[in-house]
Amino acid sequence: MFTELNSILNTSPDSFTQGEFILVSDRQSDASFLIHHFLSFYLRARCKVCFLGLAQSFCHYGAVSQRLGVSLTQAKEKGQLVFFEGLKECLSVLLPKENNVESGAMNFLRDPPVGLRSLYEFVRSSMIGSGSMEEGAEQWGPNVLLVDDLSVLLSLGVDVGAVLDFSHYCRALVCSQMQGNMVMLVRCNKEEDDDDDGDEGSEVLLKGLTHQCNLNLHVQGLPTGYCKDIHGQMEVCWKRRQGDAPHMQKNLFQYKVHDKGASFFARGTSSAVL
Amino acid sequence: MAAPMNSVGKTSADRLQANCTSFQKKTRSKLISIPGTRPSVQNGQLLVSTGVTSLDYLLGGGLAVGTVLLIEEDRFDSYSRMILKYFLAEGVVCRHELFVATAQDNPDEILQPRPTGEPQDSLDAMTIAWRYQNLPKVQSALASSSRFGHYYDVSKTMEAEIRQAAKCHCFYLPDHITPSSAAHSARVESYSALLKSLQEVIHREGFDLSKSRNILRVGLHSLGSALWGDDLCCHDKPRHSHALTTFLYGLRALLRSSLSVAVVTLPSHLIQDRALMGNITRLCDNAIALESFKGSERETNPLYKDYHGLLFVRQVPHLNCLARQLPDHKDLAFKLKRKQFTIEVFTHFAPPKLSSHVPQSKVLEDEALKNADGTQLHSLYLCLTL
Repeated sequence: MFTELNSILNTSPDSFTQGEFILVSDRQSDASFLIHHFLSFYLRARCKVCFLGLAQSFCHYGAVSQRLGVSLTQAKEKGQLVFFEGLKECLSVLLPKENNVESGAMNFLRDPPVGLRSLYEFVRSSMIGSGSMEEGAEQWGPNVLLVDDLSVLLSLGVDVGAVLDFSHYCRALVCSQMQGNMVMLVRCNKEEDDDDDGDEGSEVLLKGLTHQCNLNLHVQGLPTGYCKDIHGQMEVCWKRRQGDAPHMQKNLFQYKVHDKGASFFARGTSSAVL
Repeated sequence: MAAPMNSVGKTSADRLQANCTSFQKKTRSKLISIPGTRPSVQNGQLLVSTGVTSLDYLLGGGLAVGTVLLIEEDRFDSYSRMILKYFLAEGVVCRHELFVATAQDNPDEILQPRPTGEPQDSLDAMTIAWRYQNLPKVQSALASSSRFGHYYDVSKTMEAEIRQAAKCHCFYLPDHITPSSAAHSARVESYSALLKSLQEVIHREGFDLSKSRNILRVGLHSLGSALWGDDLCCHDKPRHSHALTTFLYGLRALLRSSLSVAVVTLPSHLIQDRALMGNITRLCDNAIALESFKGSERETNPLYKDYHGLLFVRQVPHLNCLARQLPDHKDLAFKLKRKQFTIEVFTHFAPPKLSSHVPQSKVLEDEALKNADGTQLHSLYLCLTL
């Protein structure tokens, strides 16, 4: 959990708005450090988290969360975290064996046109399943869904429409039905004003999700080039804030990622310059 | 996971539940040392040498076990093939096992002639200035102070006994796929056959931490080329655009759960779609690109006369930690000499030719200029202003 980011977003583990869809996106950069922030944030806020870790192994997320002060293995044992490890599940589909039991959530690998229905069923069962309380089980806060990241699904052959449907179904389930939060990561490759035909898929996905979200954290490289001390810039864009008049508010920060977190600062105020 | 050093000694059941930090009491696990590997000083990852010391330095000390290095081939596939040979030769010298997969040449042609390896210490001794033998060599070549890896002499070949002792699993595509079956299938069968074969080797030899305590080095040559049955390099809108990315995802899954490390070369200059290249790069961990000067007008350009080509670092991973080890410089060039493949910082800033009456103090230094927000101007800008 990055304390500076919490003050930028005006949230804390004790009080945060519910029913929000937070979109983390990046363009020719890597915004996965924000996913680690949200993971440790919601685990500290004692929410029930469902994490679809498609990009990296469980050990990677566990090691990073350890440095941020949260133990994923303990959370999994206590039942607070439901972790879906995409890498492990995909092998049972890509290299089928006779006596293999697969969860079926990654069926789209075998046949991409099928879509993400089974993945959505997995999410739904992990969220609804928490409703049945066993005796002595701990009471957790609102449900949270985290996805890292959606662009891996596009690389594996899933159609953009199917991914947009999946995100819409999840939003309807998590944000409006269960009043929980949802954080998704989308990654783009090309320059914004590039006229290339390629990679229309992730541009369409990014635009569609930006339209649906309540809060967008967009990470990019610096427009002036590579710098070792400043890793990039992050644009924070709020939409549809409840209670206020509908308006859009944008803020721009620069950031640097280090071992135990990330620091955010206004443009031009990096310690490398001042 | 990319194996951290101290969890190698546990069974795989323990490993999934154990903490993966580098600070653990030694009583919980016994530290296994596998020859040819060393822990990283930055984050405790288990590293192997790629066979090229300056490339090891660029990658943060070496290639982490459980990761993939993607090399975008140069136009004639000469230097990328050379790096692959170095990687496999280093595996032979360190007694790791090898897995080589090719579609074009027989894997034996990649494996031999193999350059001989000498440990870094035994370079030619100085006879006259012997007092300077042990001074550190000051040069702009990238190198770390500790000795890791070997020097290879490309003009000699490895002795037959060493070659026989190395255990090598080969995957030659024409042996596995009959042409008729591949033509009618809806998917690219060669990648699934390759993945299956790799998983069999890993499972059979026990690299998935069940019995073996050795590293498997995987070398995949020219993936994505038409000889693998893929049309990525032939069409603007390939039919099977997701076959290679799905394979790379499966490869990552296999590597993260075993003691292996992979080097993949890819003819990226044939792929028109830059965004697809971006997807492929993201599914690999480390990625570099080579651009050789052979055949281009730069070959005779005096500015580049010391080098054979340029090297670009496309991606550096962050494994089990938040921060990446970003390179200090982005302008890198390489040269291949008989004994060494070196990567150096390319100072293509040439001092201006001053006539004799201009005072020498006017020669500009290679100072980094900073913008108002602290970013550094690319040094190419300095060249253009001359």
